[in-house]
Amino acid sequence: MSILVDNDTRLCVSGITGREGTFHTLNNKGYGTNVVSGVTPGKGGQDVEGIPVFNTFHDAVAATGANTAMIFVPPRFAADSILEAEDAGIELIVAITEGIPAHDELRVYNHLSHNDRVRLVGPNCPGILSPGKANVGIIPAAFFSAGNVGVVSRSGTLTYQIGNELAQRGFGNSTIVGIGGDPVPGSSFIDILALFQEDEETELIVMAGEIGGSAEEEAAEFIAEGVTKPVVAYIAGFTAPPGKTMGHAGAIVSGTAGTAVAKQEALEARGVRVGRTPTEVAEIAAEIAGSLAR
Amino acid sequence: MDLLEYQGKQLFARHGVPVPSGAPATTVEEAVAAADEIGYPCVIKAQVQIGGRGKAGGIKVANDRPEAEEHAKAILGMDIRGHTVHEVWVEAASDIASEYYASIVFDRSAKRPLVMLSTQGGMDIEEVAERDPDAIARLHVDPLLGFQDFHARRLAFEAAVDADVVRPVGALLNRLYDAFTAEEAMLVEVNPLIVTGDRQVMALDAKVTLDDSSLFRHADNAALRKTEAEDPQERMARERGLTYVKLDGNVGILGNGAGLVMSTLDVVAQAGGSPANFLDAGGGSKAEAITQAVEVILSNENVTAVLFNIFGGITRCDEVAKGLIEAFRQIEPDVPFVVRLDGTNDKEGRALLAEAELPNVHTEATMLDAARRVVELAG
Repeated sequence: MSILVDNDTRLCVSGITGREGTFHTLNNKGYGTNVVSGVTPGKGGQDVEGIPVFNTFHDAVAATGANTAMIFVPPRFAADSILEAEDAGIELIVAITEGIPAHDELRVYNHLSHNDRVRLVGPNCPGILSPGKANVGIIPAAFFSAGNVGVVSRSGTLTYQIGNELAQRGFGNSTIVGIGGDPVPGSSFIDILALFQEDEETELIVMAGEIGGSAEEEAAEFIAEGVTKPVVAYIAGFTAPPGKTMGHAGAIVSGTAGTAVAKQEALEARGVRVGRTPTEVAEIAAEIAGSLAR
Repeated sequence: MDLLEYQGKQLFARHGVPVPSGAPATTVEEAVAAADEIGYPCVIKAQVQIGGRGKAGGIKVANDRPEAEEHAKAILGMDIRGHTVHEVWVEAASDIASEYYASIVFDRSAKRPLVMLSTQGGMDIEEVAERDPDAIARLHVDPLLGFQDFHARRLAFEAAVDADVVRPVGALLNRLYDAFTAEEAMLVEVNPLIVTGDRQVMALDAKVTLDDSSLFRHADNAALRKTEAEDPQERMARERGLTYVKLDGNVGILGNGAGLVMSTLDVVAQAGGSPANFLDAGGGSKAEAITQAVEVILSNENVTAVLFNIFGGITRCDEVAKGLIEAFRQIEPDVPFVVRLDGTNDKEGRALLAEAELPNVHTEATMLDAARRVVELAG
């Protein structure tokens, strides 16, 4: 078991013919992901190393039975591409694109919320990896192996750092989910925590948050009420000054809201252990896994 | 991107939000000419992106030409909590009967715009929220539906605005919502929203934050950026497409990916150091970007040591190493560097660095060790 992507994934890539799109599509395919098609308007009928390209998502779904979309188009086209994928019946949309206008994200989120068969992960995220099964996105899969730790994170490279520290202590992962660093992520920590809670393979959950917004505080509440599996958390941005965006569009402390300290306190108040460094997160995870084994 | 008050008012005016007439000025002569044109009494207001301008003496009423000249002289060039006044806004004085508050916030948690209205304007709204939360009427709007007239009525009645201005306040909210969506703002705030003696409703102040990611389709808004108010290092970085935030310390930091860089700042602080900057070289950085990033970091004179913390995914460690080697060739830095490379092509990257034998470059195997080392070297 794992969540979101696995051996049943049938991936269609929007922006497959772009430089980055082609590179990462072939990378995902090389990992063993079932990449069935791609979409680039005006390039229908072509192929990318044997992967057929279609003009529309509707054509791609009809011809290849795609159930998962990866969005790799530039920001100004991304919202439209997400909406097209949903309209064509895709069930999981993974949006890698960084820099989508916030009002576009707002419209997409509110539209998709009327369809309970679709899930959006991202935008501005590294994607989803279920080691040994499927990789949808840009996560460097070589650093991860299959195992029982589920990881959910707002940041890509921070996920690799934490994942690597876990791997050095002998842990593998059920699934690694990057939910992205934008103001309106399609899936929140809560959505992914709920999936990990239901997933048989996942025994321990690591969540990596950062400053800005209130997603970590909301997750703390949710964990207290509905997650029985142990959760270890990390928060980045204790030294971030207020009013400055720290790289991610969503990572900004405005006034007193969204500080790392507030998030840490909210999590600890509900019994979630928070590591102060990526190394400490892995140490706590190891300690908990040790007690699980006994 | 935050707009100055007058830029916000001009943006409001484009969408039919009533604002007092006025003109910007960058010199005393321009300010006096503007005051003559507008007529007396008028108000001369410092244009800086910080609150508390009035208390700092940055907002003055001029009753005649000599007063206009005196105030313009005093305000232009003054320092308001670290912000130099380069520009003033000269505006017709308003006859204020009541001060209300209105705002529209991009509410990330609810994933909807949040419209707020209160009759307790003219003061810090966070204080009002704390003291008397019921004094602020709030309403979330479905962005697919948009702001409807009934929304406006509900807010106006709930906030208990004077009965005779329910309609014009509602109309102003409607236009404010137009401005919020059409210009792709993260925040529009009017404090105070005034009712004049002759019962006109208008925005006496304007605070507008625009979404940086949307500026590619708002060329007119993008052109409003005041580069003289920007930190020189931050401008240099922005022009090179790097994400850089200047901080107060002395440890220069470069990493890839916003989360990892934030984490690196924290780990350096925990090791007893003080970061001089946040710099995200981004995913898939090529050598040239790394070289430019080193230039930006070292252009800050406070920097006494630099930490490279890279976990390569789509970024290749050999490209990072090449960029650093090239930076040493071009700039010949006189501060020590600590480099930690992990991930894609890390062996190749470390081999390149070992071969180059750069003076004063130290490699460390882990993020924690690298942070401790750089703090030691920074002194």
